[in-house]
Amino acid sequence: MSVYEGTFKSRSDEALHNPSLQKALRNFKPLFVAKRADAVAALEGFEQLRETAAAIKDAVLDNLDEWLERYASAVEAAGGHVHFASDAEEARTIILDICKKADAKTICKGKSMVSEEIGLNEELEAAGYKVVETDLGEYIIQLAHEPPSHIIAPAIHKTREQVADLFEANHPGRPREDTVAGLVGEARTVLREKFFQSDVGITGGNFLIAETGTSVIVTNEGNGDLTQTLSRVHIVTSGIERVLPTLDDLSVFLRLLARSATGQDTECYTTLSTGPRRPGDPDGPEEYHVVLVDNGRSKMLGGKFREMLRCIRCGACMNHCPVYGAVGGHAYGWVYPGPMGSILTPLFNGLAEHYDLPNACTLNGRCQSVCPVKIPLTELIRTLRSEQVKAGLMPASQRRMMGVWGWVARNPGLYHALERFGSRLLRARAGKSGSIAGLPGAGAWTSVRDIPAPDGPTFLETFKAMRGEK
Amino acid sequence: MSREQVLARVRAALGDTHERKSLPAARPAAPHYGEARMAQFVERLEAHACTWERIAALDEVPVRVMNWLAERQLPARIAVAPPLAGLAWPDDLSRHSDKAGIDEVSAVSKAFAAIAESGSLAMYSGPDSPITHNYAPEFHIIVLDAADLRDNQEGVWEMVRATGAMPRALNLIAGPSRTGDVEQTIQLGAHGPRQVHVLIVEP
Repeated sequence: MSVYEGTFKSRSDEALHNPSLQKALRNFKPLFVAKRADAVAALEGFEQLRETAAAIKDAVLDNLDEWLERYASAVEAAGGHVHFASDAEEARTIILDICKKADAKTICKGKSMVSEEIGLNEELEAAGYKVVETDLGEYIIQLAHEPPSHIIAPAIHKTREQVADLFEANHPGRPREDTVAGLVGEARTVLREKFFQSDVGITGGNFLIAETGTSVIVTNEGNGDLTQTLSRVHIVTSGIERVLPTLDDLSVFLRLLARSATGQDTECYTTLSTGPRRPGDPDGPEEYHVVLVDNGRSKMLGGKFREMLRCIRCGACMNHCPVYGAVGGHAYGWVYPGPMGSILTPLFNGLAEHYDLPNACTLNGRCQSVCPVKIPLTELIRTLRSEQVKAGLMPASQRRMMGVWGWVARNPGLYHALERFGSRLLRARAGKSGSIAGLPGAGAWTSVRDIPAPDGPTFLETFKAMRGEK
Repeated sequence: MSREQVLARVRAALGDTHERKSLPAARPAAPHYGEARMAQFVERLEAHACTWERIAALDEVPVRVMNWLAERQLPARIAVAPPLAGLAWPDDLSRHSDKAGIDEVSAVSKAFAAIAESGSLAMYSGPDSPITHNYAPEFHIIVLDAADLRDNQEGVWEMVRATGAMPRALNLIAGPSRTGDVEQTIQLGAHGPRQVHVLIVEP
């Protein structure tokens, strides 16, 4: 896909100089952060919920084989089918096969990150199916032929004018709408027909409940519900790590999810689906399938990155990430952006291919301070970096620089002399302004921000002066 | 085939020798509201842009529904949940109890339960409660028996367990359908109902 061309550096560079993206990012950042903070402050015992959620996830992951078997048996007891897929290709084949058997023509989709991960839409379209994304954000980016730039707000990089342009180009015979209400109303009318034509409905699964064989989705629009209720066949796509033991465990996670994601106390719709429609039911799908995708997760389970499998895909980490806030989601090069993506993308697709992602992190730690399941994100990013170095992936120039720095650092006299020199040079360069707008050799850095100038004396000089030494 | 393969990989990743962690012994207590349960519920309903009124008996439902439709100048046509179909509806109201269609404007349903904590209504799908009534219409009226209000989700899970089985769909609804996907501006009525009105039956 075109937005993924180039490297993280080239894509970031483009993003930083893209005025409409920068406008969209400026609008988005403060909103999610402030709403989450308010929602968390309004709930007593949020920290306890985080601790418990992490402990539940760890216990489930430690016994994942058993929980998966229990969950699968419960789904089958309720008349559903469970399919295990070892990788993306197998998952696509299983889903294509279900669609073929159902003699489907139109396939409606609720939002599913796993379906993005396995590249499902391209495959279904290539096989001749009409695929319609029904989450408004996903629908917008489907029209734009782009991948999502945020896991819960996929079209966050689009301005209202861009959405209006897309609708005008794709909905022939309808007048152009320019207001948010008008655009939402237009999508409602267009997509309503699709829901009622849908043969197969594909949704994600935020949680899978072993006690009852239930899949759970949370949405605000209700698109996932129309998708699964009006289609003859409902397919749930989910990762193998999303199992929870009981409905009571689910409650712990539901209290965390909406608050962490959008700052709501609850999403508008929480839907628990169990099996196909029952005898006598007036509506609901005739078939119910769950496709459980491994695709590298079992490998993560056995290694240093198991904690990443606690992730419930809320998006809080990217909402609070200064790097994501500056460059947006597409720069990350795959479907999972931000801090969680900086870990998942190299693990799924290669440490070498996505070398830049863990290294773009500033290790400021805001992400892990808001993670509802307390994933030690900065720790995992640091571990990834060290794995990259061990694998010999660090570029030669950087290795040389680290070598020089290491040598200088082992010679304190030289180190302090260079520090004094550098500090005074930068001070002089800044003049009265206190910040440096441009520096030879650091043009890429200073083109988008100023360097704060040092005070003059170094830390050691100040420290010694305070203690009266000279 | 793949099931065995994936499970074998999971087992290999976990190893046979390590000690497996067990689930935490307790979860943080779910909120309880005592006397303030109903107050908490309606406060949350309003926070989620629902409207509500209290009625003394189920018999009052047809009159309240007719008024509500008239206030909004909606067509005299409605999908009625089977348990409410036997009430004294006026003859000039066209109604059906089948699943909802693409042109459905209004529906009136009966909630299985409700949650004070989050202001959610729980709908238990089945012959008495078509799922499409919750999502296809633009205007949704939900009748709740005050005795079915619980403090928290856990209370509703208990009620569900007592029925002996999960329904095909247990839908928790907290307000009208909404989206923030265009410039983070909240807009009601994305795909589901634009307005949700709750009739609380409390003798």
